Parts: sequence; C-alpha cells; structure tokens
Amino acid sequence: MSKEHTEKRTVYSPEGEAIEVDPLKDYFCEDLPEVHKKSSIAVVENFRNWARSRSLWVLGFGTGCGAIEMRPLMTPKFDAYRYGIQWRPTPRQADVFVISGYLSVKTLKRVIRTYEQMQGPKYVMALGSCTINGGMYWDSYNTINRLDYYLPVDVYVAGCMPRPESLLAGFDQLKKIIREGRGEGYNVYAEKFEWYKSNQKKIIKDWDMPDYNW
Amino acid sequence: MKEIINKIEKLYPISDFKQQNDKTALLTVEQDKAVDLLIYMQKFEGFKHLAILTAVDWIENNQFQLSYIINNPELKMDLILRVFIDREKAEMTSIHNLWEQAATYQRELKEMFGINFPNSPRVDKPFILEGWDGLPPYRRDFDTKKYSEDTYFPREGRTKNNPVEYMKQKLYPDE
Amino acid sequence: MSKLFNIKEDRSLFPEKNEHGKIDIDLSSHKYLKMWHGPQHPGITGNMSLEITLLGDEVMDCETHVGYLHRGFEKLMERRKYIQCFPIVCRVSVPEPDFNEYCFAAAMEELAGIEIPETAKWLRTLVLEMARLASYLMWIGGQAGAFGQGIIGQWTNYLRDSMLDRFEELTGGRVYHMYIIPGGVRGLLPAGFKQRMEENLKFIEQMMQDVDKVMFNNAVFKKRSVDMGIIEKDWIYKFGITGPNARAAGIPLDVRKDNPYLAYPELDFETITASHSDIYNRADLRRKDLLLSIDLIRQIMAKMPDGGEIRAETPNVLHWKVPKGETYSKAECTRGEYGYYMVADGTEYPRRINVRGPSYTHAVSLLEKMIINCNLADIAGLMVSLHTYPPEIER
Repeated sequence: MSKEHTEKRTVYSPEGEAIEVDPLKDYFCEDLPEVHKKSSIAVVENFRNWARSRSLWVLGFGTGCGAIEMRPLMTPKFDAYRYGIQWRPTPRQADVFVISGYLSVKTLKRVIRTYEQMQGPKYVMALGSCTINGGMYWDSYNTINRLDYYLPVDVYVAGCMPRPESLLAGFDQLKKIIREGRGEGYNVYAEKFEWYKSNQKKIIKDWDMPDYNW
Repeated sequence: MKEIINKIEKLYPISDFKQQNDKTALLTVEQDKAVDLLIYMQKFEGFKHLAILTAVDWIENNQFQLSYIINNPELKMDLILRVFIDREKAEMTSIHNLWEQAATYQRELKEMFGINFPNSPRVDKPFILEGWDGLPPYRRDFDTKKYSEDTYFPREGRTKNNPVEYMKQKLYPDE
Repeated sequence: MSKLFNIKEDRSLFPEKNEHGKIDIDLSSHKYLKMWHGPQHPGITGNMSLEITLLGDEVMDCETHVGYLHRGFEKLMERRKYIQCFPIVCRVSVPEPDFNEYCFAAAMEELAGIEIPETAKWLRTLVLEMARLASYLMWIGGQAGAFGQGIIGQWTNYLRDSMLDRFEELTGGRVYHMYIIPGGVRGLLPAGFKQRMEENLKFIEQMMQDVDKVMFNNAVFKKRSVDMGIIEKDWIYKFGITGPNARAAGIPLDVRKDNPYLAYPELDFETITASHSDIYNRADLRRKDLLLSIDLIRQIMAKMPDGGEIRAETPNVLHWKVPKGETYSKAECTRGEYGYYMVADGTEYPRRINVRGPSYTHAVSLLEKMIINCNLADIAGLMVSLHTYPPEIER
C-alpha cells in the first residue's frame, strides 16, 4: 500500500489559489480523548444509565469466525431486536463493538481506527477464547493473544464459538454492568491513553494514521 | 498416463514417475526444462487447468521443492510436477503468460518463502502481511512460538502438567 | 426506460481500454476519485477490501487487498501432530467446515493405505450434502440482500438454523462438527433422525417456492442482474474457475462426476449447466443445485445400510507415523474444487499441507478483471455472486 496519501501536497481551490496541506495534521483534530464526567445528581445518572442499557446499537463488523453466529440473532428464532439491539453499518451510530474472535495485526489497525471513531459512551464485548488468551492460535505469528492490552473490554463471552443464546446472555450481563454504573471502558481508555498507544504501536509497524482518529 | 510418459522420456529430463492412485501421478523434472514441459503439457496433451503452485522447504538438503499440480479435464487425471531449486538463490521463471492466476500464487510464494519470480505482475507488493520485515514466515528456520511469546503478551496460566505427578498431588496431597 | 425519456447514452467522456485491457488513469487531472471499499461492511462477503478508482459512478480500476484473516494455518499444522490438526482444520472455511475435514482425512488415509468401511462412506456423504445445503441457504440470503431484498435473508437463515439443529443432534456442535476423523466417522445416526430430517426437507422445499416467486420472478432483481457480470467461456481455464461459476457458462465441471469419491458412484444425478454466465443465471443454477442436494439427501437416506462398522483399524493416533509420500485429494464444495496437498516425511508431524480454496482464483485475479465499467451500486451484488469466502484465500 503506498503512503502517498500521508505526504504533504498542494491542493487548488475553485478560484485557483494554491493551498498547502499536511494530511495527518490538517484533516484530523489534534485533541486527545477526554474523560466523561458523571452527573452530580444521582437520579439523573441512574436515568441515563437505564436509558443507555435499553438501546444498545451494535456495529456491523464481523472481525473473525464468530461473525457467523451473529447473523442468527437477527432472525425470529433468537430475536435480539426485542431487547433494543440493532445492527448499524457505520461506527458513528453505534454503541457496542462486538469483537467476534481472533484479531490479526492488519485487522487490529482497522479496529482501532473504527473504535476511536465511535462516540462515547461506548462498550466493547469480546467473544470467544481467542480474545482471552489466544485460543487455538496461541502460537501464531499474526494473531494477538490478549485483547485487553490494546482495547478496553467490558464483557467477555467464552466459547468457541459461543451459541446465540450465550451471546444474548452476554448482552444481558452488559446491561447489568451499565445499569450499575460500571461500564467505564471508554473512560479507562482516555485515562491510560499512553499505555494503550505504546502497546498498539509495538506491534503495528507501519503506523500511518494520527494518534487519535476522531 | 504411461503412454504420455513414454512419449516424453527422450525429450525432457524427467525422473521418479509414480502412479499414486488411478487418478493422480507424480513426476520430477529439472529446473531448466520445467517451463518447456509445462507448455508442452498445456498445449499438446490437454492439461488445461492449473490447480496449485506451491513450495516445500527441504532444509536438510538445502533445497526448495516447487510443486505444480495440473489437471486434464478430458482424461480426468491430475499430475504433480516437482522441481527442485536451490535454497540460497531461490528463483524460477514465471508462468503468468500461460495461466493468469499463477500471478497470485507467485506473489504469495515470494512473501512467504522468499522465492523470486522475476517479471511477475505485482510480485513485490505485500499480499497477506503488512509491515513485515523479518524472515519469510513459512521457512523451517522461523520459530513461530518464540516470535508469538516475544511480541504478543501471552496470558499466564498456560502450563503443561505431567499427568502422573498431577494426579498424585490431587489424590495424596500429604506425601 | 431510455426509450420513454429519449435518453441516449453518451460514452464520449469515458476513456477506452488500452491494449492490455486496462484503462490509463491520470490522477492529477481532477476527474477521478480513489476510495476504499473496506473491510467493514454489512454484507456476507467477509473481510476483504477493494481500492477502486471511480470516474463519476463507474469503476475504472481496482486492486484487491486480502490478509485480514491470516492465521498462518500451514505453519501451525507443522507444529502439531496429525490428530491435533483436526480441530483447527475446520476453521479454514467457516460456513462449510466439513469439506476440510474430509479432504484432510482422505489424504491421510491414502498415504497410510487404509480403507474405510461401507457405512462410514454413506455417513460421510450425508454430512457433506447437509453442509452444502446449509451453505447454499446462507448464500441466497446474501445475494438478495445485496440487491435490497432483506426478507429473503430472514427466511433462509431460519431454514439454515433448522439444518444446524440436525447437525447438533448428529455431531454435538452447531457450526464446527469434527465428525469425520481418520478411519471413518464418530458415531451412527440417532434414533428418529430420518423422520426429523424428512420434515425439515419438506419445510425447506415449501419455503423455496416462496423464495422463487419473490426473488427470481421480481422485476427489480432481473433488471439489476440479467446481462451483468458476465464470465466469458475462454476465461475458465485461463483463470482456473471451477464450480457453479464455470457450470453457468456451459462447461460441466463437477468433481462429483469427474473423480467420484465416497458414495457418489451409486447415486443418480445429472450435472446442471446453463447457457451463459451472468448474475441471474448463476443464482438460478445455485437454486437448482440446492434442490438437487435435497434430492440427494433423500436418496442417501433410502440407500444407506443400517448399523455396521464405522471406524477402520488405525494405529494409536497419538503416535501415528504416516509413511513418506505426497498426494492431492479433492472434493466438490459449494463454490468449486476444494483440494488439500499433503507432503508427509515419515515422522509424527506433517511436513507441508497446502489448502486450495476456490476463492483463491475467483476473488483476486478474476474480480479485478470483471469489475471494470461496473456501477458503484452493483459492486456488492457482483462480489456476492462469485461466492467467495476470504478466510480460505489467506488461511
């Protein structure tokens, strides 16, 4: 893949003026993520958590093997729609990122970019045993072993792969966590940003994105 | 199949013919006449379909073995052609003019084994791995377990137990 | 439409192809747009991305990028003994894992010189046909969804779930079965299996009539798919195309008829072909293949022997040293010719195993040739009609 899109170039406006553009700085914002403050009134915070847990929109990105057991959830037999769970095609409209299985280094770069484009509050659910300790690809040179060193995880669902009923139980657990106020993955990411970034940059060798992809 | 072998025995340096079962046969040919034999098989004997082009690493003999598996749809026979090339300077003529899909196989072999096919389309661009700068991974001297333990943080608790000692400790914990 | 409104197509602004079949693109003239059709998308083609160059609405140039699902299977299999490879071999092609197990077991049995008993042959054939049915059902949902008809996906995934229930009854797992092992299969049919399977098949046939009316007799589907995405007849051997993509162009390539294996010599069926290969004919051929699979399952269940030996005598699997040799074993999966090339050197670990998936040739070199001058909105439909699964391209 060529890196021409990251170098400085000259762009012409409709009137014919020449503008110098440095893509990594000018097209992205340079702020780092901030910690979301909670409301000081307990009733308001409880209401917000209750509302967030009742409508979880999932991003449609099947990263690995587990994606094949996400499709039956949309059919009438297992029916995730009655819980308010929908699949959305774009990260700007999604709340939950379901990482379904192993992640290779190439996919991890795209997953990081997609995760940082989602708007907070956002949660990560990890499926399968490949995210816990590497699973059956533990000695492979291209798959990661522990997901929580690169992204903050809220719920793990074990299995290889988990059945649709286990996925629904996982969503139930996530709703409980959110309602008790413990769904703080995105705040942990903002606080320990340097640590996560150094782990990510250690394995992704050709880094041609800005540090925070908002 | 035997008739075809008898026809070409005098023309090409072949050896080690073996009929594996009634549909598959094996044959070895030397490196400089390999592409000529492939052109002959494709145009005159009807072996029109290329199934696989792959490589095996024989590190003890310091050789790579390239395997071309071609198939004849009329006679319904498979032929596995083996070509042995040198491991230090691994290079072979490209066959993308005969079969256009061979370009993809050759890209993968360049990246995974380090075998060069000069003038094949897009053979220098990475195909599967991104940002890889070590040994080509499918070679026998690349240790994948050690690489995974060094780079990706493994989770503790993955140990091997000897069944005899483990059961002894469980059943008789005082001894 | 163009007759109603008197619209004439003006192709003078679009560049022509040069002698290599490609189009010369000059990126500094601001007519072209380069974009990624990336790995995150709501479709069933999987994690594969295209880097396309557009002029207005049409695609001028395309490069495919694969490698998002690479796990290094062939390297992992060299570190594991033969029996330890079985759990990971299913995961190469996710929606239809049984063909992997069969090809691996067949290669091992051929090198070691083992004959499997008669009942095991019939049971293996039954499982392969069930896997083919489940895979075709998922595909039809995907093809209709790519052209905007979401209801077909809901129906066919429900039918696929009923097939997965039968798999769970027989083997213990919904998606990954590990039922075919070296020497035979793992168990006999449970009691009452044949009645439940017959009810399932009747239900699938009823619903497929609805799918036929809604999807194949639909004016929108026909307008978007007839005479689009054509595969010429002389590309088939040049690109190594197999399976329904080749049969729709008129050439009857079917491994079940050419190199018969397992119980196929005793079953009665004809290879289905069509006249020319466009998206509509390929979808119609796969629908007919689905009905053929239902018929084959009924034949198998009628002709199968009850009971009997299901495993041949094998050495202790933990210390099995397969004798030295090389072989290539193949099967006909839903998409084409599926093959395993195995090299054994007399130790307990395999020397080299190479998996040949049919998507290797369809999705990388053929797609780059077919997609030129295709509309941006039709790319998804074109990719699904080739029926590719990226995990088997990069394993």
